[in-house]
Amino acid sequence: MNIPAELKYTKDHEWAKVDGNLVTVGITDYAQGELGDVVFVEMPEIGSEVAKEDAFGTIEAVKAVADLFSPVSGEVVEINEALEDAPETINSDPYGAGWIIKVKVADTADLDDLMDAAAYEQHIA
Amino acid sequence: MKYTALHAMHEKAGAKMVEFAGYHMPIQYHSIREEHRRVRQTVGVFDVSHMGEIEITGPAALDMVQKITINDASALDIGQVQYSAMCYEDGGIVDDLLVYRFEDKYFLVVNAANKDKDFEWMLKNKIDGCEIKDVSDSYTQIAVQGKKAEATLQKLTDVKLDEIKYYWFTEGELAGYPMIISRTGYTGEPGFELYFANDFAEDVWNKVFEAGAEFDIEPIGLGARDSLRLEKKMCLYGNDIDQTTNPIEAGLSWITKLDKGDFIGREALLKVKEEGVQRRLVAFVVEGNAFPRHGYKIFAEGQEVGFITSGTVSPILEKGIGLGYVKKGFTKSGTPLEIEIRKKMVPATVIKPPFV
Repeated sequence: MNIPAELKYTKDHEWAKVDGNLVTVGITDYAQGELGDVVFVEMPEIGSEVAKEDAFGTIEAVKAVADLFSPVSGEVVEINEALEDAPETINSDPYGAGWIIKVKVADTADLDDLMDAAAYEQHIA
Repeated sequence: MKYTALHAMHEKAGAKMVEFAGYHMPIQYHSIREEHRRVRQTVGVFDVSHMGEIEITGPAALDMVQKITINDASALDIGQVQYSAMCYEDGGIVDDLLVYRFEDKYFLVVNAANKDKDFEWMLKNKIDGCEIKDVSDSYTQIAVQGKKAEATLQKLTDVKLDEIKYYWFTEGELAGYPMIISRTGYTGEPGFELYFANDFAEDVWNKVFEAGAEFDIEPIGLGARDSLRLEKKMCLYGNDIDQTTNPIEAGLSWITKLDKGDFIGREALLKVKEEGVQRRLVAFVVEGNAFPRHGYKIFAEGQEVGFITSGTVSPILEKGIGLGYVKKGFTKSGTPLEIEIRKKMVPATVIKPPFV
């Protein structure tokens, strides 16, 4: 199970990569494995607001559909448009090319209660 | 939890295992969609040893099979296979099954999840002059399916596979072991199902993979088995048919032989046929990026007209496809429908199956 040390994690299996006030969001390797083949990703519009712990989109996989929950509050400044044609990238590279949205956060304190890699590993154990 | 004789091979191949009908079974090896495409393109192998096998022997064996099944088993020659179903008195379906006619017995292949229920149903309705035996634990069953299935298996046997017609079988040696070689399957592709003793399972499995290597043969999990059968509109018990549905509305009139003589459920089915069905199992394609799933509601002209029994995103069409029961009047090919997917209405159209 791949759980990169430099990322933060939610209990709903999203990861957050923090770069100043820009946070990239995706789903974890564990989550993509549980969902199986991803066939569609429904993403919010650029410029829309997302709220911490609220659903911002959905992932449709062969076996199940899952809501995507935002680890932070802020404005969506970029979405991964490549997922529209190649949603399976989430399965093959969940922490890299399979990223989903980038959010400009209002308050970086939002990140404080996210799990680190060790805590997330415990969470899925 | 029960294990098939090929369990170690699945673990070795890195399969994702799930519980299915009490068995620890591979749902996928690496990707359901890629496994699906492998079967459509060349050849794939399924461990379907969880399926139940029940033998009926004795002088009254045919009468027994005729009593409990809706198709006409008297039409079978030795070496022939028939798709059939068992019904309750009210016409609801107990299970769908295959009936194999041997020289000295009928061999019924039933759904794993229903096997115990089926066996009890058969015993309850048993007539004198026959023996009914559950032989499920004695058999390993693998399905080798795809355009290259015959070329793969022919390397392993002297039996002339091209002489076995669709829905016929023979008993012969393959990979060095005696087995039932049946030209049947649940994928809509050409292929075979093989039944043999558990002791040979790993060796047969390995030899089939060696023989199919030039065709990029792969093991295929239950996930792709489901999407493969769905693209061809083959019914799945528990989804598309069950005790609340009858064979006529499920589109199984072609196996319902009301004139073959008496059988359990005949009167109810005769009535359904005379009065006409109130709903029908239809095939539909959805528009856009939408994934129809079991249980979702179907609408037409602003009213609820049915529900989805099976759905997926076809790995071949790359569109949402599904089956569902729809009220009379909305079942014709071309009829526009709407599927309610998480409070949104998604357009869909009834099509004439199969999907691919």
